[in-house]
Amino acid sequence: MKITQLSIFAENKPGHVLAPCRLLAENGMDIRALSIADTQRFGILRLIVSGWTAAANLLEEAGFLVRATEVVGVVVPDHPGGLVRVLATFEGTAINIEYMYAFPFSRGERAVLIFRFDNPDAAIERLREAGIALAERDELFGVEAVR
Amino acid sequence: MSARGERCATPVLSTIGSVFQPASAPDYIPEIQLQQLQLSRLRAVVERAWERVPLFRSRLDARGIVPEDIRTLGDVTLLPFTVKTDLRDTYPFGLFASPMRDVVRLHASSGTTGKPIVVAYTSADLEVWSQVMERAFATCGLHRSDIIQNAYGYGLFTGGLGAHYGAERLGATVIPISGGNTDRQIMILRDFGVTAICCTPSYFLHMVDRAADLGVDLRELPLRAGVFGAEPWTETMRTRIEAMAGIRAFDIYGLSEIIGPGVAVECECQGGLHIFEDHFYPEIINPETGEPMPPGEEGELVLTTLSKQAMPVIRYRTRDITALLPGSCPCGRTLRRMKRISRRSDDMLIVRGVNVFPSQIESVLLAMADTMPHYQIILTREHGLDQMEVQVEVTARMFSDTVGALEKLNDQLADAMERVLQVRTRITLVEPHTIPRSEGKSHRVIDRRSL
Repeated sequence: MKITQLSIFAENKPGHVLAPCRLLAENGMDIRALSIADTQRFGILRLIVSGWTAAANLLEEAGFLVRATEVVGVVVPDHPGGLVRVLATFEGTAINIEYMYAFPFSRGERAVLIFRFDNPDAAIERLREAGIALAERDELFGVEAVR
Repeated sequence: MSARGERCATPVLSTIGSVFQPASAPDYIPEIQLQQLQLSRLRAVVERAWERVPLFRSRLDARGIVPEDIRTLGDVTLLPFTVKTDLRDTYPFGLFASPMRDVVRLHASSGTTGKPIVVAYTSADLEVWSQVMERAFATCGLHRSDIIQNAYGYGLFTGGLGAHYGAERLGATVIPISGGNTDRQIMILRDFGVTAICCTPSYFLHMVDRAADLGVDLRELPLRAGVFGAEPWTETMRTRIEAMAGIRAFDIYGLSEIIGPGVAVECECQGGLHIFEDHFYPEIINPETGEPMPPGEEGELVLTTLSKQAMPVIRYRTRDITALLPGSCPCGRTLRRMKRISRRSDDMLIVRGVNVFPSQIESVLLAMADTMPHYQIILTREHGLDQMEVQVEVTARMFSDTVGALEKLNDQLADAMERVLQVRTRITLVEPHTIPRSEGKSHRVIDRRSL
């Protein structure tokens, strides 16, 4: 299902990725996944964090520009062809992937693909039809998220 | 400008100013009589300053001029300019032409550095000031039935008391709320059935935003007019204010060195500001050479107080850039109009030989974002060529989590800047709170060109 991702605006300068990550670490917030999109001038730091509302408040109070976006997590077996099967699902549809990134999960046996779709609801429906497992929030954060 | 004027295109007299206000009578004085009045007042004020202000007399002496040399209005160009530093150098009372026993009021404008500028009024000066402010409100279509919330600051700043006495003289109900405390401003605006408000345009925009947060729709209130001044603003801001608040937004112009608010104001045609030139004589000069500009051309506004007693100010260089508009106004006033002031000559930048004003950059930013983002202009010289960079703090509304959207915003800003400024501008989006905040405008510009 849909997962909330936090995007943070960062200038493309040394130390600008460290500051928000350090703030989250100091407040005991666990970063499950992270991706950086950058251009010559600026970057966008994208994070999946346990307790995203608290994390977003914390970051905003510290003066960061934060946007919460809904992304879709897909669980794939971590072996060749796992990603292709998912991508092939969208072949011939009007669903557009704006960006994606991946991270290993459950001791490396599986991977989670994080997708930002232009139309997440249509994408979810398509994935379900194709019988592809969607990552749930709780699953991503395991037991620790429930504490 | 012309688009505005067209609002008043034909059946003007039947639709504008349902009741003629006697206070407005001097606005319609025939041109010849106006010029006669201006000449006799000019000669009197020059005589007064020559007799009573040593600085002015020594400057006339240096030019070999005596007051009798002023025979026509055109002879005003024989007189020396007065500049802001003259007021500072003679701090506090050096330019007064009345003894303190005749001075009934002092105001002071906050200088950005060091000492303020002090201005003085005799009771006759206060009378003139109230009259021109009354005429200003009448020009905006306000009358004795209006309830005017005066949110200009009361105190040493001329805005509050200037608007206050003018509105009272008009017979309107005045709420002397002064500036600040936005929530209370909005409560009173709503609860008192306020029909007109006076404040700076940027403060009103802030009130509009805050009202929305409080769930108050200004368009549903009796509020119908705003008289906004004390800072340059743009047509873009006017359009936004009028749409968001459901009012007519009028531009008023004044400066404490001359009298305070009430030097010029827009009429209901909103096609330029009528100058109360029976009291303030306008000229437009080339800011670099000091020579008069050809009629209708843009330049620096120079004002002479024609009736001030306590502190006559002759040929004051306002640093405001405008033009006197040709032709007559559909409202029928004979008072000449000046274009709205949206920039000043002293924060003008010259980039690759092109004149650039921070206000132009602000108008582009305002058109692209809902609220004015903080920005900073950085000028450098690379390989002998000026480079202009505008750093813009990304606001929540501008921020998107895709790189493509941010790059598009970056390009759109750069393109719009180039269209408006005629100079290629590099845009850099920066994180919030990274541009130093300051009160003065000068800090908005960092000039690293070694000239």
